[in-house]
Order: sequence, then C-alpha cells, then structure tokens
Amino acid sequence: MLQDQVWLATLAGIGAIALGFLYAIARARSPGDGQQVQKRAYAVRRWWFFALLLGGIGATWASLDPFPLPLQYGPDEAPQVVRVVGHQWSWQLSGNRFTAGVPVEFLVTSDDVNHGFAIYGPDGRIVTQTQAMPGYTNRLIRTFSQPGRYRVLCLAYCGVAHHGMAAEFEIVAAEERSRS
Amino acid sequence: MSAASPVMHPESESLGRGERIAVNFYVVSGLVVFVLMMLLGLVMRMAQGTWLDVGPVLFYQIMTAHGAGMVGAASIAASAVMWFFLRKYVRLRLAPFVANLVLFVLGAVAILAATFIGQYAGAWTFLYPLPVHSMGLWSTDAAALFMLGYLLIGVGFLLFYLDAMLAVVRRYGNLGRALGLQWLFGGEVDRAHPPAVVAATMVIITNSLGILAGAVVLVMCLINAYFPSVALNALLAKNLIYFFGHVFINETIYMSVIAVYELLPRFTGRPWSVSRPFLWGWAASTVMVLIVYPHHLLMDYVMPHWMLVMGQVISYASGLPVFVVTAYGALTNIHRSGIRWDMPARLVILSMFGWAAGIVPAILDGMISVNKVMHNTQWVPGHFHFYLLLGVLPMILAFMYHLSGSRSGARESAGDRVAFFVYLAGGLGFVLAFLAAGHASVPRRFAVHLPEWMPYDRAGSVGAMLLIVTMLVFTARIVAGLLKAPGDGAAAHAVR
Repeated sequence: MLQDQVWLATLAGIGAIALGFLYAIARARSPGDGQQVQKRAYAVRRWWFFALLLGGIGATWASLDPFPLPLQYGPDEAPQVVRVVGHQWSWQLSGNRFTAGVPVEFLVTSDDVNHGFAIYGPDGRIVTQTQAMPGYTNRLIRTFSQPGRYRVLCLAYCGVAHHGMAAEFEIVAAEERSRS
Repeated sequence: MSAASPVMHPESESLGRGERIAVNFYVVSGLVVFVLMMLLGLVMRMAQGTWLDVGPVLFYQIMTAHGAGMVGAASIAASAVMWFFLRKYVRLRLAPFVANLVLFVLGAVAILAATFIGQYAGAWTFLYPLPVHSMGLWSTDAAALFMLGYLLIGVGFLLFYLDAMLAVVRRYGNLGRALGLQWLFGGEVDRAHPPAVVAATMVIITNSLGILAGAVVLVMCLINAYFPSVALNALLAKNLIYFFGHVFINETIYMSVIAVYELLPRFTGRPWSVSRPFLWGWAASTVMVLIVYPHHLLMDYVMPHWMLVMGQVISYASGLPVFVVTAYGALTNIHRSGIRWDMPARLVILSMFGWAAGIVPAILDGMISVNKVMHNTQWVPGHFHFYLLLGVLPMILAFMYHLSGSRSGARESAGDRVAFFVYLAGGLGFVLAFLAAGHASVPRRFAVHLPEWMPYDRAGSVGAMLLIVTMLVFTARIVAGLLKAPGDGAAAHAVR
C-alpha cells in the first residue's frame, strides 16, 4: 500500500537526518581545526548535492511516468460513468453500484463551496481523491479491484457539518454483477 | 576556533528605550499568542479524542482562530527577529516597526471578535466562497470583519517591508546586490556580506508579493460579500489564496533563520560567512517560494497539468537549499567546534533538525501520486507542525533567549535544560501522532472522529500538554529576563 511506503520512507528519512545531527552533536564539544573541518565538509557537500539532485530527478521521472492524473478534456472514456455533486453537507452520486476490474469515471463538481471527494476502501484507507469545486468538473478515473463497500468522505473543510458529509457505493465482482 | 571569536552581545545590538519597549511588546505578544493558540490546539485534539466535550460549532471556531492566530504569532515574532538583526547593517526606522505591531493587534482583535462573537468558522484559509456561504451559521459581517482583520495585518507587514526595502536599497544600491546576485557566476564573494541581509532581502521581495496577492483576493472577497452579483472564479481565488498563504507562512522560516546565522557562530566561535553556494541557495529560494504553491492544488485536476508538475518538482527542489546549505552549514559550523552549549545554541540546532526533518514528509506529500492518498489527511498538519513547532518556533525562542540574556546576563539553568528536552519529546510525540494518523487516512479538520482514530488524538494530546508546560517555562524565563532593567546585575550591555 502506498501509504505504508510513504510512512516507511518518512521514518527512514527523519531517522537518517537525526543520525547526522547526533553525529555532529557528539563531536561538537571537542575543538578541532575549523578550516580543515570546513574544507572536508565542502568537498563532501558537492557529492551530497549531486546525490540529492540525481535522486530527485529519478524519483520525479518514476512518479510522473505514466502521468498520475487523467486527461480532463474530451469525451467520457470509461465504461462506467458517475456524476458527483457536492452540497453542504451531502454527496449526490448518479450511481452507487459498479463492477470491479472495470474503470469508473467520476465527474466531480460542487453546487456551493469547495469539497474534497475522497474514496475510502473497505479497509478504511483512502484509495484516491479529487476536489469538488463550484464551476469546474474534475474527472477522476479509477479501476477498483477489490469488491466491497466504499465510503466517500469530504476532505476539504466546507462548514460546520463537514465531518458528517459522507456517502457510500458498492463495488461488486463481475460475475455477481452479471447474475443480478 | 577562529582567531577572533564573535562577541555574544555586540554593541550594535543594544537598544534605545523606545526600541527596547517595542521589542518587548513584540516578544510578549508573540509568546502570549503562541501559548493561547497552543491551548486551543490542545482543546481540539482532546475533543477529537473525546477527552473533552466540544460541539462542532465551537470546534470549527477554535480551528479558525488557531490557524489564523498561529500564522499571525509566528509572523509577528519572526519579524522581530528580522528587525533586530537587520538593523545592525541597514538603517531601519522604529515607526514602521511599531505600526506593524499596532496593526497586528488591531487585526487580531478583529479576527477574534469575528470568530468568537460573530461565530465565523470559515478556517484561516477563507477559501471562497465558504466565508459567504455559512448556511446561516455566521453573518456576512462576521466574515467581512475576519477578512478586514487580515487586511490590517497585511498593511502592517507591508509598511515594515517597505521600510526595510528602502533601507536595504539605500545601503546596497539595489535588492539584487543585497541578495549577492553579482557573485553568482563569478567574482570574489565578499565574505563580510551579512547572511542576515541576504535572507531579509529575499523575504522583502517575496513576502511583499505574497501579501499583495492576499490583499487582492481579500478585497475581491469583500466586494463579493456585499455585492454577490460580482461573483469570483473559485479556481482563481484558490490560486491567489494559496499563493498568499504559502508565501506568508514560509516567510516565517526565512525571517527566523536569520537568528541561526547570527547566533550559532557566537557559540562555536566560527563565523558563518556567505559563499557562492549560500548565495545560489537564497537566489533559488527567492524564485522557488513564489512558484511552488501549486503543490496545494494537486487534487484540482482541472489546473493546467504543467503547473501541477511544477508544484511537485519545486517542492523537492525547495528542500535542496535547506539540506545542502543551511542545515548542512549548521552541522559543519558545530562539528568539532568546542561549542558552548546554552539555550540559544540548543534551540538553534533543534530548529535545524526540525526544519530539515519536517521537509521529508512534506516533499513526499508534494508528489501527485502520494497526494492522492495523503492530501487533507492529518499527514498535512503532521509535516507543517514538524517544521513550525520544531523548526520556526525554536529559532524564535533562540532569539528571545538571546535577547533576554542580553539584559540579565543569565546562562541556562537546569530547569531550562529539562524544559528543552521535554519540549523535544513532546514535540516529536505530537507531530508523529499526526503523521501516524495521516498514514492511517485520518482526515484533518474533522470535529468528530471515529473510535479507531482516537488513539492518535490522545497521543497527540499528551504531546501537546508537554509542549504547553514547557512553553510556559520558556515564557516565564524569557519575560523575567526582559523585565530586568537594563544595567541590572550582569547585564550584557546597557541602554544607549
């Protein structure tokens, strides 16, 4: 799960920075030749900079190819299309039962203020999200592999009943859908 | 150690009577607002964890006041840091500095009245059209008063920056020379050029632009509030608000970091001189802080996709000057320096850690693919509290301890040391509770939480309690030092 990878990367990054600080702090009390320290540190810094630069380029490339957002203009693309409108404080979905393994296209807008259209999976974790903004329609395309009940919560603060703005839809297996 | 160790309290930092009173007001106002806003933050975390019974209406009012108050307190305290050190190199006037504080207080009163009397609860980001779409829970007048409060504070900061801009141009000829742009591609860098001037110039340029954008969107929203037929484009308003909001809160770091450049060398005996990488770092940051804001709009898919890619790329690139120049420079400065540990030095090193470490979850969240599962979860307050609570605030406290020490001549006590380490433990616990909750997809800005989310709220509450106790210790120590009459006891330098 992406959240787990991000969590581990964060803990590793913070841990590595903490170790760097602890190393410097442990050696801070004993005096040494300042110019010598600076000379060595500057030599290391050059490599440190290039390592960060190359790492950044690699991570950028890997995370943007393929581009993580769908094209926003053009005809509806997915076999299942649902229109979503956010209101203070409810969601209006044009459908609430979709087939697993088949892309679903959410066309998300708002008729009052900004809302956040976040889809929570059966395990209670976010699977994807977009914003619902008055005057604009965001196109979100998602293929759900896991059947079950999915919950929609509003993640953009929209007023005093914001936390209660929820909806549900169901993802069913293809075989079950064809039987019903 | 260098041959000539920097002086702890140089004569150039001494304050005239009026200056001393003004700085005291800045420090005390900043500390009082910090503590009050921390208490509001604790109330919210305890309410989410059902340790306290707070209804949603009051919760969101508190959330609005907490956001606006913390940004305001950090900005006003950080501007005191910038003013205090910058005036050593250029001639700053007292009147704009005082006007900034007066307008800040007036603005704060307006914001608090709008929130707790007018019941405005549209969040500190006043995202159009929520302020005028309350479903009857607050009036248009309350929303307008809140935005008027922002305008007053913005005018104060602009006056302060315009005076600083004038002073810098008078001394260095133009802003580019003050930034050291003439040394980017060649020539011998003047090592005596003060890092404080470079940082302050960057702030003057970028925050003036940020505040102007904020003023534009505030005026647009005020017109819309009373003339609803003058409707705004919601996406344009969001762009302007996040441009302003991102720049304004980030400038608190860039103003406060001046304390690091100024103070750390006094404890290590090694000067912090400008170098070509340093100047490149600040020049790049000047541009990047202005163009990184689309990383707040990554989930607005209708934004031009090139802007979203720019937001992701610049998010990462903005971390490079911190990792390669400032935090790395601080570690180089202390390494085998024979440092004399005292509260300002401890706080400065903590601030460098908090800034650098807090960037890690922020950069990850700035990736479009990650933002799809982390945006507007508690991951976000997790990373910004990391570099504000463990980065900016320690920088500000380092300055305040230094200032207090210049009056009283006092060194750190055992109580200070204990408070410092409790602050570190409480701060880490507090921000890690947010990050862990974000990892578990707990939304931010929810007055009511599911039972499975509450362990994070309660862990965060305990961290917040520790933070508040230590902030009270810091506040008492700093204020007691400031109240000593200049010249008392072992005062480091007397009044001019």
